[in-house]
Amino acid sequence: MGEFVATKINYAAVLPMLIVFAAAMIGVLVEAFVPRASRYVAQLPLTLIGLAGALAALLLNSRDNQGITAAGAVVVDGPTLMFQGIVLALSILAVLVMAERLDREGADAFTQSGASVPGSPLEAQAERLGATTTEVFPLTLFAVGGMMLFPASGNLLTMFVALEVLSLPLYIMTGLARRRRLLSQEAALKYFLLGAFSSAFFIFGAALIYGATTSTDLSVIAKAVGQVTGLDSLLVPGILLVAVGLLFKVGAVPFHSWTPDVYQGAPSPVTGFMAACTKIAAFGAMARVFYVGFEALRWNWQPVLAVVAALTMVVGAVLSITQKDVKRLLAYSSITHAGFLLLGIVAMDRTSIAGLMFYLAAYGISTITAFALIALVRQSGAEATHLSQWAGLGRTSPVVAAVFAFMMLSFAGIPLTSGFTAKFALFAPAVAHGGVWLVVLAMLASAVTAFVYVRVIVLMYFSDPIDGVSVVNPSYLTYAAVAVGAALTLMLGVLPSPLLDAAKSASIFLR
Amino acid sequence: MSSSFPWLTTIGLLPLIGAIVVAALPKAAAASARMVALVFSLVTLVLGIAAATQYKSGSTAQFQLTETHSWIPQFGVSYALGVDGISLSLILMSLVLVPISIFAAWKDVDGPRARGYFALMLSLETFMVGVFAATDVFLFYVFFEAMLIPVYFLIGSFGGPRRQYAAVKFLIFSLLGGLIMLVAVIGLFQQGPGGDQGFLVTNLHGLRMSATTERLLFLGFFFAFAVKAPMVPVHTWLPDAAAESRPATAVLLVGVLDKVGTYGMIRFCLEIFPNASKWATPVVITLALISIVYAALVAIGQSDMMRLIAYTSVSHFGFIVLGIFAMTSTSQVGANLYMINHGFTTAALFLFAGFLIARGGSRKIEDYGGWQRVTPVLAGVFLIAGLSGLALPGMNSFVSEFLVMIGTFSKYKVAGVIAATGVIWAALYILLLYKRVMTGPKPERAAVADLGPREKVVAGALIAIMVVLGFFPKPALDLLRPAVKTTLQHVGVQDPAPTGAAVDGSHN
Repeated sequence: MGEFVATKINYAAVLPMLIVFAAAMIGVLVEAFVPRASRYVAQLPLTLIGLAGALAALLLNSRDNQGITAAGAVVVDGPTLMFQGIVLALSILAVLVMAERLDREGADAFTQSGASVPGSPLEAQAERLGATTTEVFPLTLFAVGGMMLFPASGNLLTMFVALEVLSLPLYIMTGLARRRRLLSQEAALKYFLLGAFSSAFFIFGAALIYGATTSTDLSVIAKAVGQVTGLDSLLVPGILLVAVGLLFKVGAVPFHSWTPDVYQGAPSPVTGFMAACTKIAAFGAMARVFYVGFEALRWNWQPVLAVVAALTMVVGAVLSITQKDVKRLLAYSSITHAGFLLLGIVAMDRTSIAGLMFYLAAYGISTITAFALIALVRQSGAEATHLSQWAGLGRTSPVVAAVFAFMMLSFAGIPLTSGFTAKFALFAPAVAHGGVWLVVLAMLASAVTAFVYVRVIVLMYFSDPIDGVSVVNPSYLTYAAVAVGAALTLMLGVLPSPLLDAAKSASIFLR
Repeated sequence: MSSSFPWLTTIGLLPLIGAIVVAALPKAAAASARMVALVFSLVTLVLGIAAATQYKSGSTAQFQLTETHSWIPQFGVSYALGVDGISLSLILMSLVLVPISIFAAWKDVDGPRARGYFALMLSLETFMVGVFAATDVFLFYVFFEAMLIPVYFLIGSFGGPRRQYAAVKFLIFSLLGGLIMLVAVIGLFQQGPGGDQGFLVTNLHGLRMSATTERLLFLGFFFAFAVKAPMVPVHTWLPDAAAESRPATAVLLVGVLDKVGTYGMIRFCLEIFPNASKWATPVVITLALISIVYAALVAIGQSDMMRLIAYTSVSHFGFIVLGIFAMTSTSQVGANLYMINHGFTTAALFLFAGFLIARGGSRKIEDYGGWQRVTPVLAGVFLIAGLSGLALPGMNSFVSEFLVMIGTFSKYKVAGVIAATGVIWAALYILLLYKRVMTGPKPERAAVADLGPREKVVAGALIAIMVVLGFFPKPALDLLRPAVKTTLQHVGVQDPAPTGAAVDGSHN
C-alpha cells in the first residue's frame, strides 16, 4: 500500500455526465432560491439546455476521447456513448412531455404537493398557496445522470451507485401523479420496496464475486474468471444475483410484478420516460456485465438468461391479452419487449449489441410518444386509461388515434415502422448465433401481442365513441415531442441505415 | 437488363400519390374522391400497359425492367424491382382489377368517409405492385406484411356487421404466417452469400444447404403462403373476411392478395428451395386435392352468397397449388394462367353478387329466387360469371383448369383424376346457386331496377376479359411459358417424356 494517489480522470470523456449532474445541482438551487412563480420558467430551459448540452458534448467531444478512466470505474467506449446518446435524446423528448402544462401554472401531470397526504388540509393549503412540483426537473436530471453512468460503469460498485442514482429519483417521481394520488403513492412504495430488494441482491452478488475474484472491476473479474478454479460456488451465485438486480430493472419475468402497478400509478409522462430510458440504461449495463465481466462463464449464465427471456416473452404476451387498462397493457407489452431484448444479450455477438441498441432506441421513441398521447385522453378531467374509454377515438380525435395506432403497429413490428426494423436487427443475430428456438418463440409472442395491439386499433376505429371522453389540446411541447416521435418511428422504419451504421460502429466494448 | 426509366417504381408510386391526394381532399370535396381515385387507377393502368410493351419476351435475363438500389446495406437489403412473365401478368391483372373495383364501389360509401375508403384502395394498389415486382426477399416481405394494414382497415372500417371479428381474424392469421416466415427470411439470409445484396432473389438461387435447413426454411415460407393462398386447413379466415368486406374489397382481397401466396410458392418456395419443394410435394398435393374437394363441398352447403364464392376460391386455389407443385411445364403454365383467370372470374362473381345484394339487401341465398324475371341482365351476367367459375369450355377458366389437369395427370395419375372431380362439384355449386337465386317464380316484392349504366360497364369489361382470355389465351401463354421454364430449371425437374398434351408444345 503506497501513499494516496489522486485518480486521473479524463474529464473530456465524462463531460456529458458532468453537464447533466451540474444542471441537476443548479436545478436544486433553483428550487431553493427562485420564487415559486418563476420556478417552472427557470427549470424547463435549464433542464433542456443541460440535456442538449450533454448530447452536444457527447457528439462533438467524447467520441474522440474514449477510454477507461477514473481508475477503471468509468469506461467510455462505443457502447457507452451510444447508450448515453440514446438516453439523452429520449430524455429530451420525455422532458418535453413532462413539462406539458395545459392551462395550469405548473406541469399538468404532477401533484402540487407531493409530500402531503392526499385529500388532507395540508394539501389544500399547499394548492391554495400555489405550490408546484418543479423538483421533477432536477430529479429527472439526476435519474438521467444515473442512467448515463449505469452502462459506463467499469466496476460493480460504480454500477451499484449508478443504479441507486437512477432509481431513487424514479421512486419519487412515480408517486407524484396529480390525479389518483393514492394509486400513485402505492405504486411508488411498491417500486421502492421491490427496488430496494433487487439492489440488495445486486450488491450481495457483487460481494460474492469479490470473494471469488478479489475485485469488483469488470476487466479484472473477466481475467480472474478464466483462472480461478474451485470457486464456482461463489462465482456462479454471485453472477446470478447480480443478474437478478439487473433483470429487475428491465422488468423480466419473474422479477416483473412491479411493472404493471408502477406503469399504471406513475404520471403518464414519467411512465414513458421510465419505460424507455431505464430499459436503455439497464440493458446497457447488463450488456457490459455479461460481455465484459462474465464472458468466460457464458456456459453458466447463457441457459439461465435464455430461459428468463423465453418466460418473459411468453408471460408478458399472454398476460397482456387480459388487460383492460391501456397503461397496464403497455406495461405487459414492455415486459414482452424486455424478453425480446434479452435475446440481444443471450446471442453474445457484436452484431446483437448493435441490434440491441437499435431496438432500444426504436422502442423508447415509440413508448414515450405513446404515453404522451395517453396523457391527453381525458374523461371529466382525469386520464381515461380504461380501454373502453378509448372506443371510437378514431372518429372523435383522428390525429391522436392515427398516431397512437401507428405506435401500436410499430410495437407489433409491422414493416415500414421502426418496430419491424428493430425486430430484424435484433433477431437476425440471434438466429445466426444459435437462438433459433428463442426467435421462433419470440415470433409467436409477437403474434399474440399483435392481437392485443390490434384490439386497441379495433376499439379506436371500428367502435362507436362513448360520451364524455375528450382529447385535451396540448401546447407545442407535447406537439413537438409527438411529432418528432412519430417522424422518427417512420424514419427508422424506412431509412434505418444511419442509426444502424452508428450502432454497428459503436458495438465493441473496451475491456 | 436494366431499363432507363423506372417503370415499376412509377407504377407503384402513382397510386400512393393518388391515395394521399384523395385522403387530403377537403371535406366539401369528398364526393369527388371516387373520381380522383378512378382517374389515378386508370392512369396507372395505362402506364402499366406501356411498361408491358417494354417487356421483351425471349430475353435471357430472368427479370426485366429491373431497378436495383441499395436500401439497408447493413441487412443486405436492396430496393430491387423486376418482373418476369409471371409477375408482369399478375401486376397487369391487379392494375385492371383496381379501377374496375373502384368503379363498382362507386356508391359503397357516402360522405367524408369515402375519402378514407378510396385512399385505402389506392394505397393497396401500391403494395400489390410492390409485392409482385420485388426481387429482393426482404423487400417482398415488407410489402407482404405492410399490405395487410390497408386491407385490415378496409374490412374493419367499411365492412358488414361482423367486420371487427373478420378484420382481426384476417390480420392475426396473416401476421402469424408472416412472422413465422420472418424467421425463415432471416435464416435464408444466413445461408446465402450475405453482403450488401444478400437478399436479392438472384443471389439466393442454387444455394447449398443441409437438407434439414432447407426443409425448415421451406416450411417457414410455405406456411405463410399457405395461409395467404389460402389452403385447407388454414383457410378459415377467408370466408369471414370475404363475406364481411365490401364486394370491391373482397375482389382485391381474394382476386389479388391471395395470389401473393401462390406467387410466393413459385418465386420463393420452388426457386430457392427446390429440393425441399420436391420433398414436400406429396403432402402439398394431398392438401391441394383436399382443398379442391372439401372447399367445393362446403361451398355447396353455404347459405351466404359471399361465403359461397369465397369457398369456391379456396377450391380454385387448390387447383393452382396443384398445378404449381405437379412441377410439369404444362401444369405450371396452367397454374399461372389460372391465377390470372381466377382474378377476373372471382371479381365478376363477387361484384355481380354485390350488385344483387345491393338490390336484395341480404347475403342469404334463401332470400332470393326468380330474380331473372326481375333483373334479366343481372341474371345473365351472373350466369356468365358462374360458367366461367365452373370452367365451361370457351370461358377463360377452362383453358387453365384443363392445362393444370393434363399437366398433373401426366405425372400424378390419381391426383389428376381426383382433381377432375372438382369440375363436377364446381358445376354443382354454381348451378345450384344460380337456380336458387335466379330461377323460380317471380318474387313478390317491389320492383327492382336492373343493372344501371355504371354496373353494365363493370360487367361488360369483366365479361369481355373473360371471353378474350377464353378464346385467345395465346398472348398470356406466351408471356408465362418462358418464365415457367426458368422456374422449372431452378427446380431442376424434367417433364415426363410422353406427355400427350397437345395444348402445350414446348416441353423441352
